[in-house]
Amino acid sequence: MARITLDGVGHAYGTARGGAPSYALKPMHHVWEQGRAYALLGPSGCGKTTLLNIISGLVIPSEGRLLFDDRDVTRLPTEQRNIAQVFQFPVIYDTMTVAQNLAFPLRNRKLDPGAIRQRVAEVADMLNLTADLPRRARGLTADAKQKISLGRGLVRSDVAAVLFDEPLTVIDPSLKWELRSKLKAVHRALDLLMIYVTHDQVEALTFADEVVVMKDGAVLQIASPAALFERPEHTFVGYFIGSPGMNLVPAEISGSLAHVAGQTIQLAARFGALQGSTVLGFRPDYTQLARGGGLSVQIRRIEDLGRRRLARVSVGPHEIFATVPEGLSFEDDRAGLLIDPAHLFVYADDRIVDGRQERDVAV
Amino acid sequence: MSLELQGIGLRDVRGAVIDDVSLVLERGSMTVLLGPTLSGKTTLMRLMAGLDRPTSGRVLLDGNDVTDVPVRKRSVAMVYQQFVNYPSLSVYENIASPLRVAGLPKAEIEARVQEAAKLLRLEGMLERSPAQLSGGQQQRTAIARALVKRADLVLLDEPLANLDYKLREELREQLPLIFAESNAILVYATTEPTEALLLGGRTVTLWEGRVTQHGVTHAVYREPANLHAAAVFSDPPLNRLGLEKSGALLRLPGGRQAPSVGVMANLPDGPYTIGFRCENASVGEGGGLSFPGTVAVTEVNGSESFVHVNVGFATWVCLMPGVHDLEPGEAASVHIDMGRVFAFDGSGALAGSPAMARSA
Repeated sequence: MARITLDGVGHAYGTARGGAPSYALKPMHHVWEQGRAYALLGPSGCGKTTLLNIISGLVIPSEGRLLFDDRDVTRLPTEQRNIAQVFQFPVIYDTMTVAQNLAFPLRNRKLDPGAIRQRVAEVADMLNLTADLPRRARGLTADAKQKISLGRGLVRSDVAAVLFDEPLTVIDPSLKWELRSKLKAVHRALDLLMIYVTHDQVEALTFADEVVVMKDGAVLQIASPAALFERPEHTFVGYFIGSPGMNLVPAEISGSLAHVAGQTIQLAARFGALQGSTVLGFRPDYTQLARGGGLSVQIRRIEDLGRRRLARVSVGPHEIFATVPEGLSFEDDRAGLLIDPAHLFVYADDRIVDGRQERDVAV
Repeated sequence: MSLELQGIGLRDVRGAVIDDVSLVLERGSMTVLLGPTLSGKTTLMRLMAGLDRPTSGRVLLDGNDVTDVPVRKRSVAMVYQQFVNYPSLSVYENIASPLRVAGLPKAEIEARVQEAAKLLRLEGMLERSPAQLSGGQQQRTAIARALVKRADLVLLDEPLANLDYKLREELREQLPLIFAESNAILVYATTEPTEALLLGGRTVTLWEGRVTQHGVTHAVYREPANLHAAAVFSDPPLNRLGLEKSGALLRLPGGRQAPSVGVMANLPDGPYTIGFRCENASVGEGGGLSFPGTVAVTEVNGSESFVHVNVGFATWVCLMPGVHDLEPGEAASVHIDMGRVFAFDGSGALAGSPAMARSA
């Protein structure tokens, strides 16, 4: 059990001659606390796997220090770091039984047989593997094998951290629900520091206490799932979180007004002169299509997604997603767009800008 | 033009892999094969393509028996889950390859490659090699190759499964538009209900090698013909409640009784399984049929929360709008609106649904 400190940790794969280093991971400071669950989220090539590899010891960072509690482990090999890992594909022994597979990490640590039996039973129970304990791993489905891998990752209670590298990739959608909720319940029960790498926002948002959103080797925002959704600090976070992501519409901001394609939107705050390109960000979830009022838009398409209907509309050259309220239909392709002012944000050069609240702004 | 499967079966040493499948697919249509891993999606596609020969039944193309016609003599294009491109060829040559094989004139090849590249947003990348592309671009190259061929039958086998979440979301959005233009018979295999809903067209639900339902995608979603079709077409998983109807009463697990209302009102006596999706159950306050339980886990995803509630005999997933952080172990009751659920009879066939209740 430990706290993990990233003290200016960064990694450059070779430095261009005489030029600036090319970072796979830009130097970052952060502290991960014992007992909490973190997700590293971003598209391929964002640096999340590099960061995980630095923690596991597969990569020695070119800069900075990595501390487990107060111990500098930056250059220690993996086996001296006291971590457990779960990979994308099951890593288990086919010839052993499920129970032997789960016990393996504990046998290696020479725990006494009674304690091993107890811990294996406990973890098997959490993952619904109890009935499978006497069976050989060979012949089990990919899902069941990955469950055993998860169990092996969770069976040691003395690890500094458990690292998960996209562990649900091979799992069917319906089983993902089960495993995700199991993992979350297990985390609650076991008081372990967990770090989970994924490109899947649903996995990140549902699993983690805090999500680290990354792009091009840089950390863009570290926040709770709710905060990432409710108030993305960077346009990429807005786009990447949510399905579909945040609407990002170029706008000219003057005072408490935004001008979009010849139309005007009243903002809930007043803004001074802004540098760089300015964009309005608002989520489809907080944007409703109406028969009239608000921004005048043209309907391109309405999709029925079962639980909800989503409209793709356009304003001038810009495309916007909006929620279609239940039961509402349209006679032609003209409609109004109502944006919840509490969930409408202004970004300048991709970073969120706070305006000054005004009491008498009518919305 | 149409492709018809007549009582197709495929047996191997394990038994029936595909069991008595009959389907008619029309030109210019999109058919989604929806089912979990190992339900037979890929096997069925291979039989459609002529890559494998069925052990029973016939495959007809425009009424002609093509069961014994090998794949190279049919007009088929296929896109796989793993991106397959020629690593030594440029993106341009990868897309052009089936046209070169067919011996098309140069100008025609140029026109078709440029058109497909434009549709799949690969214009600036035609001179690169596949290794220099992202996963999404590589898969778009493979899709472009399937498209330029203008095959009669285009088979897409979980084409987005290996892509990043966001890329998947974008391509999912574009694919129906891209393929709306082609006049082929399109077949698209997926494990994901949301993907089927976005693609539209028609959906075939598969379960253990058998077709459990075939119909217009949104109609199948709203009126699943049986428990297997409903289960395959629900994400989060379908919640289930076994009960027995006896006169005006429903006998519930644990010996409780409740009035027989909603979709159950006009059904004959007997055992039923109630199937309901997460949005048809509310947690906390609410009317309808109530079950006391405890929170197993809460998953907050954006502006919605999925609350897993243990009601003793089952754990159900319920959707709550907004962000709620209910603690595990906390008491929570689930309320089911019996007017919005599905009732399946003892054989698993749909016996009662909101639409049936309305028309009754």
